[in-house]
Amino acid sequence: MNQFINKNLYGDYGDKEQAGGAEGSNHNAAAEWPLWEVFIRSKAGLDHKHVGSLHAADAEMAIENARDVYTRRLEGISIWVVESKYIHASDPATADSMYEPANDKVYRHPTFYNLPDELTHM
Amino acid sequence: MTVHSFQQHFDEKIDNDVAIEPRDWMPDDYRKTLIRQISQHAHSEIVGMLPEGNWITRAPSLRRKAVLLAKVQDEGGHGLYLYSAAETLGITRDEMYDQLHTGKAKYSSIFNYPTLTWADMGAIGWLVDGAAIMNQVPLCRTSYGPYARAMVRVCKEESFHQRQGYEIMMALANGTDVQKKLAQDALNRWWWPSIMMFGPPDDNSPNTAQSMRWRIKRFTNDELRQKFIDVTVEQAKLIGLTVPDPDLKWNEERGHYDYGAIDWTEFWDVVKGNGPCNKERLETRKKAWEEGAWVRDAALAYSKKRKARKENKKDNLAA
Amino acid sequence: MNESTSQLIYTLQLADNALILGHRISEWCGHGPVLEQDIALTNTALDHLGQARSFYQHAAEQFNLMPVEVKKQQFVSPALQQKIDKGESLDEDDLAYLRDGWDFRNVLLVEQPNKDWAYTVVRSFFADVFNFYFYKELQKSKDAALAAIAEKSLKEVTYHLRWSSEWMIRLGDGTEESHERMQTALNERWAYSGELFEMSAADKAMAEAGIGVDVATIKPLWDAHVDGILQEATLEKPANKWMQSGGKDGRHSEHLGYILAELQFMQRAYPNMEW
Repeated sequence: MNQFINKNLYGDYGDKEQAGGAEGSNHNAAAEWPLWEVFIRSKAGLDHKHVGSLHAADAEMAIENARDVYTRRLEGISIWVVESKYIHASDPATADSMYEPANDKVYRHPTFYNLPDELTHM
Repeated sequence: MTVHSFQQHFDEKIDNDVAIEPRDWMPDDYRKTLIRQISQHAHSEIVGMLPEGNWITRAPSLRRKAVLLAKVQDEGGHGLYLYSAAETLGITRDEMYDQLHTGKAKYSSIFNYPTLTWADMGAIGWLVDGAAIMNQVPLCRTSYGPYARAMVRVCKEESFHQRQGYEIMMALANGTDVQKKLAQDALNRWWWPSIMMFGPPDDNSPNTAQSMRWRIKRFTNDELRQKFIDVTVEQAKLIGLTVPDPDLKWNEERGHYDYGAIDWTEFWDVVKGNGPCNKERLETRKKAWEEGAWVRDAALAYSKKRKARKENKKDNLAA
Repeated sequence: MNESTSQLIYTLQLADNALILGHRISEWCGHGPVLEQDIALTNTALDHLGQARSFYQHAAEQFNLMPVEVKKQQFVSPALQQKIDKGESLDEDDLAYLRDGWDFRNVLLVEQPNKDWAYTVVRSFFADVFNFYFYKELQKSKDAALAAIAEKSLKEVTYHLRWSSEWMIRLGDGTEESHERMQTALNERWAYSGELFEMSAADKAMAEAGIGVDVATIKPLWDAHVDGILQEATLEKPANKWMQSGGKDGRHSEHLGYILAELQFMQRAYPNMEW
């Protein structure tokens, strides 16, 4: 499995070129059902949340497979699926510049402000 | 960043219990080890459907049948979660299947033993799932994020598996003489293979140290095995069954049970393909896969056809 | 046959159909063409098994209320006769595990072997279309228990129908090979579709009493639905009109004997035990 050597960054899920799949194996990628990411709303009023992935030939089947695989224990009332190759992700190497700058903006949080205890309904 | 600093960054994360995620840099050996371990784990779930699957059509009551069916199905689900976790590392499920079918990938040897009586459904749930849970609970905190998340889901679902197995054993142990005999016979046959499930002893387990360092593994094989034996022996006593190990003895000083020598020759024989059902299990998996090829191809062909038709329609409307 | 006997047999017909179809589908567990569908099909098997259990429980309740002389006339099975002689009441497992083939009332369709994915899909499709319209009607049953089971089952069956319809289309209009396999399976299974609409004595009595469904009314709905899907699937409706029958009267194909040999093995080999 030396195909993984010397890769510093790996691409989006399912993106074979960047993710460095199995070059040289006799695997026929065209025959494989695409990979889908599954998002489930567990109850009314909540966001859809990523729960995992699965394979399906098309979107309808992906939704049905998600129903059969990920909601066997009443885990959800609504399903989103998206083919994994269409997910774009931020680059972890840029995490410092992406997320650190928010770190010192403490004034964005309500606890930053000192107000008298007697004050209510605020 | 240089490879060196990538490595440093990775090590820091591991040391601080920060999860590694798919797009993070990771050493190639870490990736390889994970692919090997996760796919092996997934294969075990899928092959593991077969010995219990044997008894779905023969379950002795409709309630037991429903439980068993749901349980074997869960194992399929667990295989699916695990294959998905492995796929985030840049290998596809079909590639992993190929490794399984060509014998390059291993799966848990326990599934190469036959299920001869109904009591085996009890013994597997109680002992095999019990051992698996011992192994899996710590994996919920394993360093690779997708693997840990898959294991959280697996452990949550698995909790009924061991209970239903023990319940089967309990019903047998409280039953007629022949039912007691069925239960004891199953325990006799599954005990040693179950404690072998934790893998070779620590001084003979080549991958353990590195896996511990990477926090892929959180306890050694022997630690987990001891823990399993300590709790399981008590559970056997509770329903009046005898663990088939004459050397089994409580060691006050250690605070653990001492147990007899494990036949590692048998273990390695089965690993190498010489177990009672190795050939059969693999052939069954291959057959299902090969006979399913036309179904998978057709579904894909149809989806392409339909997509093309939709686009044609759009073009026609636009024109 | 008086009304309570008809009602018992009617309930058993429904129970047996669900049990035997569920049994066949459960044989796929661990052997499916792709993991996701392995899991999907097992959900369906569990649905059928759940329906069977509800029907058997209801049948057992009816049976246990019967006078002893009537009880004795219901089943040939010596194991059940013994229980009746001892004054024991019956439960779902007794009905599933201790009756012999001639007391099973399922249609021949559901006991036909899985063979391959095409045969399995066609068998499910025929049954699902039927069940969909059947349970819709059964919801109106004067027997509150049957109506309740029908209401719950209809939700499950609606999904089954979606699943099997999609696979009919997908495989019929997929590759050359899949098309051919589907057409063959369709042709061979066609002769088992007619029995769904035959009225047994129990069917007639229960339809008249407002407890059962007049399946003749379902036939045109079934035909229309099947025609629509076949067209979309580019499959040809078989021309043969001759239909197999007998299951509803307890005259089965050879397959049922083997199913029961497996299904009932434990209860037969180790009688009168708790599991």
